Amino acid sequence: MELKSNIPGGPIAEKWDKHKFEMKLVNPANKRKYHVLVVGSGLAGASAAATMSELGYNVSCYCFQDSPRRAHSIAAQGGINAAKNYQNDGDSIQRLFYDTVKGGDFRAREANVYRLAQISVNIIDQCVAQGVPFAREYGGLLANRSFGGAQVSRTFYARGQTGQQLLLGAYQALEKEIAKGGVTMYPRTEMLDLIVVDGRARGIVTRNLVTGKIETHLGDAVVLATGGYGNVFYLSTNAKGSNTTAIWRAYKRGAAFGNPCYTQIHPTCIPQSGDYQSKLTLMSESLRNDGRVWVPKQAGDTRAPHEIPEAERDYYLERKYPSYGNLSPRDIASRAAKEACDSGRGVGPGGLGVYLDFRDAINRLGRDKIEERYGNLFQMYERITDEDPYKVPMRIYPAVHYTMGGLWVDYNLMSTIPGLHVLGEANFSDHGANRLGASALMQGLADGYFVIPYTIGNYLAGQKLEPVSKDHPEVRAVEREVEERTRRLLGIKGKRSVQSFHRELGKVMWEYCGMARNAQGLQEALARIPALREEFWENLNVPGSGEELNQSLEQAGRVADFLELGELMCRDALHREESCGGHFRTEHQTEDGEAKRDDEHFTYVAAWEYAGEGKTPILNKESLEFENVHLATRSYK
Amino acid sequence: MNVTLRVWRQPGPSAAGKFVEYQARDISAEMSFLEMLDVVNEELTAKGEQPIAFDHDCREGICGMCGLMISGVAHGPMKATTTCQLHMRSFTDGDTITVEPWRASAFPVLRDLCVDRSSLDRIVQAGGYVSVSTGNAPDGNAIPIAKPDADAAMDAAACIGCGACVAACPNGSASLFTAAKISHLGYLPQGQPERYRRALKMVAQMDLEHFGGCTLFGECQAACPKEISIDTIARMNRDYLYGSVFEREESRSAGGAG
Ligand SMILES: Cc1cc2nc3c(=O)[nH]c(=O)nc-3n(C[C@H](O)[C@H](O)[C@H](O)COP(=O)(O)OP(=O)(O)OC[C@H]3O[C@@H](n4cnc5c(N)ncnc54)[C@H](O)[C@@H]3O)c2cc1C
Ligand code: FES
Repeated sequence: MELKSNIPGGPIAEKWDKHKFEMKLVNPANKRKYHVLVVGSGLAGASAAATMSELGYNVSCYCFQDSPRRAHSIAAQGGINAAKNYQNDGDSIQRLFYDTVKGGDFRAREANVYRLAQISVNIIDQCVAQGVPFAREYGGLLANRSFGGAQVSRTFYARGQTGQQLLLGAYQALEKEIAKGGVTMYPRTEMLDLIVVDGRARGIVTRNLVTGKIETHLGDAVVLATGGYGNVFYLSTNAKGSNTTAIWRAYKRGAAFGNPCYTQIHPTCIPQSGDYQSKLTLMSESLRNDGRVWVPKQAGDTRAPHEIPEAERDYYLERKYPSYGNLSPRDIASRAAKEACDSGRGVGPGGLGVYLDFRDAINRLGRDKIEERYGNLFQMYERITDEDPYKVPMRIYPAVHYTMGGLWVDYNLMSTIPGLHVLGEANFSDHGANRLGASALMQGLADGYFVIPYTIGNYLAGQKLEPVSKDHPEVRAVEREVEERTRRLLGIKGKRSVQSFHRELGKVMWEYCGMARNAQGLQEALARIPALREEFWENLNVPGSGEELNQSLEQAGRVADFLELGELMCRDALHREESCGGHFRTEHQTEDGEAKRDDEHFTYVAAWEYAGEGKTPILNKESLEFENVHLATRSYK
Repeated sequence: MNVTLRVWRQPGPSAAGKFVEYQARDISAEMSFLEMLDVVNEELTAKGEQPIAFDHDCREGICGMCGLMISGVAHGPMKATTTCQLHMRSFTDGDTITVEPWRASAFPVLRDLCVDRSSLDRIVQAGGYVSVSTGNAPDGNAIPIAKPDADAAMDAAACIGCGACVAACPNGSASLFTAAKISHLGYLPQGQPERYRRALKMVAQMDLEHFGGCTLFGECQAACPKEISIDTIARMNRDYLYGSVFEREESRSAGGAG
């Protein structure tokens, strides 16, 4: 497989403008004749579908929730970055670019990151024009806060509900286009496979989640914006329905999977409280603007937090990383929390927690100010734990949050299958081995509002696409495979529930492919996952039928794919004999326990190619060039 | 703790439904209400019975997908809380809890506790947006917005579209939902050009969808997990009235230059 990144020539600051000029255009009168299928209605999918419809394309959009407004993007709390430099604190496109490349531990593609930083400023303008109620100062201008991995204040926010407000902006734009007839929306519809005809993506097979009907949708191009796959760990901060099915099916049809092992473990989540737990809840990183992270200095100290005097507390982030302190990037803060707990200084049940303390901020700024900034987060914390964080410090612990890996795409966001484009968290593109806070929302909207509307035209104008009918043998074959798979899942009639398999897989992944990984553990996982998968296909119990609303069946399909993806993640983690960003191999660390990269051997994107059932996938490499940011050891000290 | 559940079971949209009793045993107070239902469903699955279908996704009170009538109260006994955020510590050992779907003529039941809320999307389609296309927006700071206005817009924009207001309303009205969107956009300068037209169209759509009228019972405000204020309804009514009197007919002549 050849990986052509299609990065335009010329100086980095001019690439995107030059490319926009050079790309082919579709004549306005012809756009209506093109049918684009957009799977996903999160920030990336909704913005893409709405914008392409505004341009005149005929768009269909799909989501598994009952309304596009409920896509998982809705849950993002903290904010969205943009290089506006409204605070006059030295921010610029160049700095956002630099911070993102460094934050990603030099494992992202420079040209994409630069474009992202450039577009970031337009996103804010667009969202304001839509009526997104960003936080404002008394003078009426937009307010900012800081996020990890940055020394400037460039994060825009709407209380603790930034994702909700951005998504509602995109959703409303989508509904506007639905009303005009430019977009046909298919809620409660799940994509179960991709149709590739003559080497190009031409359609999808879906299941109507209410009636169970398997249906085929054909078009001229397919856009996947189906979000991240963090739920492979069972417990994560993702919504329960978040899944890998769409991109996994595309992988099995020939799309390369980039860096599957790059996972982000978020340092500030509410610790797990029991075995029945169904998900983990994030406490936004923005809290680290005012909260201080600490554990007792003494291992096994069980005193209540207020009884531990100042001198006996270890504010370990401030101690180890004085220039970034509590705002150190996520991968670093998570590992530091794990280290503190591993050394017996963790707090709360099982010693799996560290304090995030607002005492000093409340004394300095007053309770009202803190309430204004984080009121809803404090409330959420209290709901779940029954503890009042205004009085006792929060207890937090790292949890799976985001997947930097995803389908490999070129500069035009097209996968290795021509016509199949991938946006948002579902692609691998911009964050390298670690994503900085408030950059996922930025990337989703950049991809959807400002990149794909251009690049899709370039693709369509450059093809001669013959019409494909529903009777085409390839179409019928994919449809039959989907039906067969559904029948198989229902027909096992074994003893174990889907949930129990998912939980077990999650435990294996967390244990061996989580915050710290090593060869021995990964090999263990590579033995256990196939065995579990085998049991799944022999002993699964899915009640009910396929011709009705059947939530167990929906879950079963998703878990079946997670059981395959998990193996690929471990394989990728095993082959990458270095530590970088969120990928920490215990064999590769510096004397003081920091990640040790191996630039000589691993400055590349690992793009895995499906080789067929039971065969070892093929590793392809896109080597990364750093011409604008000097490859250096990442330091936040 | 142990609780008894009386759950509405209905195999499909046109099938008849009925209450079925289940025992939820050894429930921890730390569990969320939905995690308690997960436990019940695991047991049903083990017995080869169909688990109870209920909608949910984020499980942190923001997507608006969950929503149950819990012993007659939308989202259950705790104020300003979605069903997924409700914890079992709100109940006591030995309680009997009735669990029903949202009941409203505009929300047909699909199965068990899942309902069809697409009528809410169609209200937004009628005008719940600012008509700007992507590109060419002015700088975000070009129009300063007074902080109190931005805050009021945000208060209304916090609506998660769960439909609890409809389910709680004796008339099955979607007024709070509709008014929240009209107020969110109406507080902002960006929303002004379409303000009255928006109110007219969204209210008209609400009527078309078989939602009932508002007689200011106020149950919606009490049920709203995001505490959207009923004052927004007064705002909606003002905008609607103003629009019906002053909104100009749309001009029918199109361009024709060149
Ligand atoms: C709790 C939380 C807080 C976060 N906070 C922040 C933050 O403050 N700042 C930030 O920048 N990032 C944040 N993130 C990350 C960010 O929210 C996500 O990365 C981003 O929103 C993903 O957007 P998306 O459009 O790619 O996918 P999603 O929003 O996940 O949308 C996926 C869409 O695809 C659809 N879909 C999925 N599979 C299928 C299928 N098989 N068939 C049909 N449809 C399908 C879904 O229905 C949905 O519409 C946060 C993430 C979490 C979990
Ligand atoms: S599941 Fe999202 S609000 Fe309850």
